Amino acid sequence: MVELGDPNPMLVIDSLHVRVQDRDILDGLSLSVGLGEVHAIMGPNGSGKSTLAQVLAGRDGYEVTAGRIEFLGEDLLALTPEERAHAGLFLAFQYPIEIPGVNNAYLLKAALNAQRHARGEPELDAFEFMRVIKDNMKLMQIHEDFLSRSVNTGFSGGEKKRNEILQMLTLEPRLAVLDETDSGLDVDALKIVANGINSLRDPQRSMILVTHYERLLELVKPDHVHVLAHGKIVRSGDHTLARELDERGYEWIEQEAQSA
Amino acid sequence: MATDSKELAGLVGGKYRYGFVTDIEEDRVPPGLNEDVVRLISAKKNEPEFMTEWRLKAYRQWLTMTEPTWAQVSYEPIDYQSICYYAAPKNPDDAPKSLDEVDPKLLETYDKLGIPLHERARLAGVAVDAVFDSVSVATTFKAKLAEAGVIFCSFSEAVTEYPELVKKYLGTVVPRADNFFAALNSAVFSDGSFVYIPKGVRCPMELSTYFRINAANTGQFERTLIIADEGSHVSYLEGCTAPMRDENQLHAAVVELVALDDAEIKYSTVQNWYPGDENGVGGIYNFVTKRGDCRGANSKISWTQVETGSAITWKYPSCVLRGENSVGEFYSVAVANNYQQADTGSKMIHIGRNTRSTIISKGISAGHAQNAYRGLVRIMPTAQGARNYTQCDSLLLGDQCSAHTFPYIEARERSAHIEHEATTSKISEDQLFYCRQRGLSEEDAVNLIVNGFCREVFKELPMEFAVEAQNLLNVSLEGAVG
Ligand SMILES: Nc1ncnc2c1ncn2[C@@H]1O[C@H](COP(=O)(O)OP(=O)(O)OP(=O)(O)O)[C@@H](O)[C@H]1O
Ligand SMILES: [Mg+2]
Repeated sequence: MVELGDPNPMLVIDSLHVRVQDRDILDGLSLSVGLGEVHAIMGPNGSGKSTLAQVLAGRDGYEVTAGRIEFLGEDLLALTPEERAHAGLFLAFQYPIEIPGVNNAYLLKAALNAQRHARGEPELDAFEFMRVIKDNMKLMQIHEDFLSRSVNTGFSGGEKKRNEILQMLTLEPRLAVLDETDSGLDVDALKIVANGINSLRDPQRSMILVTHYERLLELVKPDHVHVLAHGKIVRSGDHTLARELDERGYEWIEQEAQSA
Repeated sequence: MATDSKELAGLVGGKYRYGFVTDIEEDRVPPGLNEDVVRLISAKKNEPEFMTEWRLKAYRQWLTMTEPTWAQVSYEPIDYQSICYYAAPKNPDDAPKSLDEVDPKLLETYDKLGIPLHERARLAGVAVDAVFDSVSVATTFKAKLAEAGVIFCSFSEAVTEYPELVKKYLGTVVPRADNFFAALNSAVFSDGSFVYIPKGVRCPMELSTYFRINAANTGQFERTLIIADEGSHVSYLEGCTAPMRDENQLHAAVVELVALDDAEIKYSTVQNWYPGDENGVGGIYNFVTKRGDCRGANSKISWTQVETGSAITWKYPSCVLRGENSVGEFYSVAVANNYQQADTGSKMIHIGRNTRSTIISKGISAGHAQNAYRGLVRIMPTAQGARNYTQCDSLLLGDQCSAHTFPYIEARERSAHIEHEATTSKISEDQLFYCRQRGLSEEDAVNLIVNGFCREVFKELPMEFAVEAQNLLNVSLEGAVG
């Protein structure tokens, strides 16, 4: 497993403590993600999975009281949310946000060009942009009129999740954190989302999948599965751990963790 | 939280981009107002007797009136005797016949404003009647308009060239003594635009005027009159920016629109006058009377405005729906930042049967600004089947600004159908974070969200204007982040 100072890591989280409104939510969490790896994080409701995702993305209001995070060798916590995005960090939100009046294509083009601009690449005009997202839309089975609708406004739960993956496909991040993107999807939509995720798997790209269900992990085979409880990673294993959790729940792990 | 109200205040504290003064010689009448000054203005413009008389009557009526105080705005008393009521660029007689003859300095000014007159005029096919201070200096595309029988000229020219039309319609929508500021305008109006679209003619291009206040201490008193004869159609664009000044400048314009049977007028405004600095010093007082008269059956008048400038805005573009089945619309975005005060809205007066009106108002407040929507929907007993839909949305950036809504409804007819919706919201942390996570800067994120909030109004603007309006909004709300 990679550690701080490793020459080739994607992400190293070292003993992270996070406080939200005077409550310690993460309590010494450590996790390392190597290049090209896919990690799944599971864990009971309220255990702090989304908190971790939000802290990675730089959301205000989450106070890091101790610990470090390195992303591609850089001090992640020193960056603003947009700088993290420019560096290649993407978060698919558990609850995607609605922005009335701003159409999907507009936000996505602005985002892509902001990232390209930050990397010193030329911005795309409307035609080039359309070329880029056409294939992605096909893959996500998203209809074209979707582009002119307001961001997530009036979308069904499943549409919102597919939209998150469309954004990920278009922005091509180095590290994608998907917070319960599989929750609330029907069987077909789950396959579409899994296809989208798999199409991005690459030796240079890593992913963290936060999920409650083994179903997704059948379709997107993770390299590692972790259980987050009591503010820490209390157990790690391969994808068979996900099946075990599916069958047995979390209680046994929590008990083991507590007695240890 | 890092994006607290203070930071947002910083975000929206943009510097006024168009602050500069063009150095052109002025021909000016000394400050102060009396009958002689009124006569002098009229004489300078070689006006016929009827016009001089009209001005004098207005002046005498104005003397008996007092400034309105009901608006949600406050300002130091205006000294009307310290205002200069007439200024014109030198040699108004030999006005240029083409752009090549226009003072290059003036063209430079337009350039700084981001209005490349050449390109704009030629490429976009827009006829531009550019009002510089008080006299029109450049009019393009006249020939093409003349071919269609459209009259589009400066108000002064109309008074001398088309006195019958002026006599017939002037003051029939906004009477001389309609209100204090309208009366003042009627007495001293300097120039403005005149448009006449003949029967059945669809104006072949968007008509556009850029106003610009330039001389120090020169109140601007524009007068615009647009007449759409039966079955005609016209879209008119008005846009304005002003150079940076410390003294407050009074602007009291009057716009009158007349739509006869089956005619349609679409009037779009982008107003970007100097709003004053971040401490509330300086800026334009924008006290405007705009009213459209749907005089004919099935006529339609549509106002769209994007108001980002001025220290104080007092403006209620209205429609008098006289003709049966006539339609009035008002789409507005009003931005108030720093110490700006905006009191704006619309009046829809339903007189004819089955008249319909729509009011969509989007108010954005930031800094210490005050933003009020004031609207009146009046259904007269003659207006059977009248309908109105009003929607007022307010967006607050920060917690030191305020938004107020004063919707007045007077229904004197039972079959009337009136709907009113109002919302007040703050820009949400979730939305900002979502955009920033996708790579947008905080400032771009605010712009994006604000533009989204205004979309229902922006989509009513003509294409080329919509882009400009969006940029303008960004400029008004721009500032250093953090
Ligand atoms: N902004 C916040 N304000 C107050 N409490 C918060 C906030 N964010 C998270 N919490 C609290 O922190 C704890 C962890 O929440 P988090 O959303 O990270 O859990 P989760 O593991 O993602 O749960 P789920 O599986 O239900 O999505 C919860 O008790 C939650 O109420
Ligand atoms: Mg969660």
